[in-house]
Amino acid sequence: MSLTSVTQPVPAAARRLARAWPYILVAPAVAGTCFLLLYPLLRSVVISFQHFRTGELIRGGAAFVGLENYRQVLGDAEFWTVVRRTFVWTAVNVALIMLISTLVALMIARLGPRMRLAVMSGLVLTWATPVLAATTIFQWMFQSRLGVVNWLLVRVGLDGFQGHTWFADGTSTFAILVMLVVWQSVPFAAITLYAGLTTIPAELDEAARIDGAGPFQVFRDVTFPILRPLFGLITSLEVIWVFKCFAQIWAISGGGPDGATTTLPIYAFQIAQSLHKYDLGSAISTLTVLILIVALIAHMRRMLRHEGEVA
Amino acid sequence: MTVLGSRPAATAAHPAAPGDRAVRAVRAVPRARRARRRVRRVPLNLAALAVLAVSVFPVYWMAVTAFTPTRDIQSTTPSFWPAHPTLAHFATAVGADGFGLFWRNSLLVTLSAVLLSLVVALPAACAVARMRWRGRRGFVLMVFIAQMAPWEALLISMFIIARDTGLLDKLAMLTLIYFMTTLPFTIVTLRGFLAAIPGELEEAAMMDGASRAGAFRRVVLPLLAPGLMSTSLFGFITAWNEFAFANALIIKNQDDRTLPVWLSSFGNIFGTDWGATMAAASLFMLPVLLIFLVLQRRVVSGAFAGAVKG
Repeated sequence: MSLTSVTQPVPAAARRLARAWPYILVAPAVAGTCFLLLYPLLRSVVISFQHFRTGELIRGGAAFVGLENYRQVLGDAEFWTVVRRTFVWTAVNVALIMLISTLVALMIARLGPRMRLAVMSGLVLTWATPVLAATTIFQWMFQSRLGVVNWLLVRVGLDGFQGHTWFADGTSTFAILVMLVVWQSVPFAAITLYAGLTTIPAELDEAARIDGAGPFQVFRDVTFPILRPLFGLITSLEVIWVFKCFAQIWAISGGGPDGATTTLPIYAFQIAQSLHKYDLGSAISTLTVLILIVALIAHMRRMLRHEGEVA
Repeated sequence: MTVLGSRPAATAAHPAAPGDRAVRAVRAVPRARRARRRVRRVPLNLAALAVLAVSVFPVYWMAVTAFTPTRDIQSTTPSFWPAHPTLAHFATAVGADGFGLFWRNSLLVTLSAVLLSLVVALPAACAVARMRWRGRRGFVLMVFIAQMAPWEALLISMFIIARDTGLLDKLAMLTLIYFMTTLPFTIVTLRGFLAAIPGELEEAAMMDGASRAGAFRRVVLPLLAPGLMSTSLFGFITAWNEFAFANALIIKNQDDRTLPVWLSSFGNIFGTDWGATMAAASLFMLPVLLIFLVLQRRVVSGAFAGAVKG
């Protein structure tokens, strides 16, 4: 409040401009979100209700067909196989990520300062590895003739792995992809959990120990309850990330061999891109988003509670 | 998730980290018990070494292969140390068709996306952190939701939109998408940095006769510089690494490919020359690694937890 405003009132136009400022400042961000996020999302939903193949892509003028695409997708047994596989994929990855990163976080907390720095640096190095560099490295490590993994397995006496072609078999390709995603995801989860662990007052678990609690009991009755919100946040974040994972799978297997690693995002992309059935692909994408929204809402609620308030 | 990181970040400097506690406790106990404790720590340290090995080995293996002559790579016993280091593979990678072009494309797309994102995010972050207005909560909620957007489910509609607008096979389309993928994170982070700068500083400058814009430019901006720096570096990593859209939207015009897509087709480029493939992967990873080195403290403190995700 400046003195001038008392002697001579600010003109109405200037006041209106002052009130408009915040809206002017956020306008570009809102416009960007509308055109580059909201519109593609809506367009995807609209296409899922249309007949949209190569012809419509070139000529335009797609006709609405109601729920026909959804009827076709949901009536296809393959879709349900893919849905089941996507859930297995998510469950296996997230379970391993949470288990390993919890153990790693607890371990880091107990290490001496030098060892802790070494392990943290190693984790950061993993974290810094770009997805496409990692997929390339894993393909090299699991290469059949010269790969270091086969060499190691033969070396420890498993002669059956001489020249073993990992990527020809569905289950082993799936397993390698799980290893890759877990390897890449543990650093974030472990470092965040460790940061959470450092917030727990030392007196608490000392008291529990004096009362005769073993390490497992201390974790179950002291550490975990305190960090429950953090565990919840990381778990829901990992569920979302793993569920919609695309680059790793596409770069390594393209969903193969024989569709053994085809998850929902891969399936939608294949149907649209190779079969030119953009309508069915969009229907699958929309269904994927609907499933994700369940996880997203759970995550947003946790996050908002964690933050206290939105703004 | 930045939001998620805000708590650990504030507490990372907590004086009584468990490890330090242990050190102090060890000093207090007699020598015999200390020795016993050291023995008890052996399994722990072995586990730590195992974790370290697993996390470092793939990257180490990439580097070793990249420096090992093809003759040694092809031998039946792998060499875990480049006994005869060579730069031949790097020469092959750099000399590969279009390497410079793809490097330039990646850099161009990434830098323009990050710059655009900063220019759009900064005013929005100011409005959120410094002003009271109706709809502010709604805007923040929108940003949080946008941060979790299921981008992988938008590949098909983005392809169709790009085709309709004549942006298919154009780097401009990728730039716009990367701008949008980094925007929410940039707004949230800058808002956090801005909130940490007291508003009184600006008011004082304005009292001394500076205009609002002048006060912002001369007082707030210099203080915000580190925030702008680290935010844009993290945006850089996100855009630099992106694969799905680059793969789906650059189809016919192969000259507009970016490095990740180029690297994904290494079989077509280098055949079975794994040395050159690993050299190419190393060169692709190098800028990201440098950024992580610069930001390591922030990464470890969790301030940017979730900002970067494969």
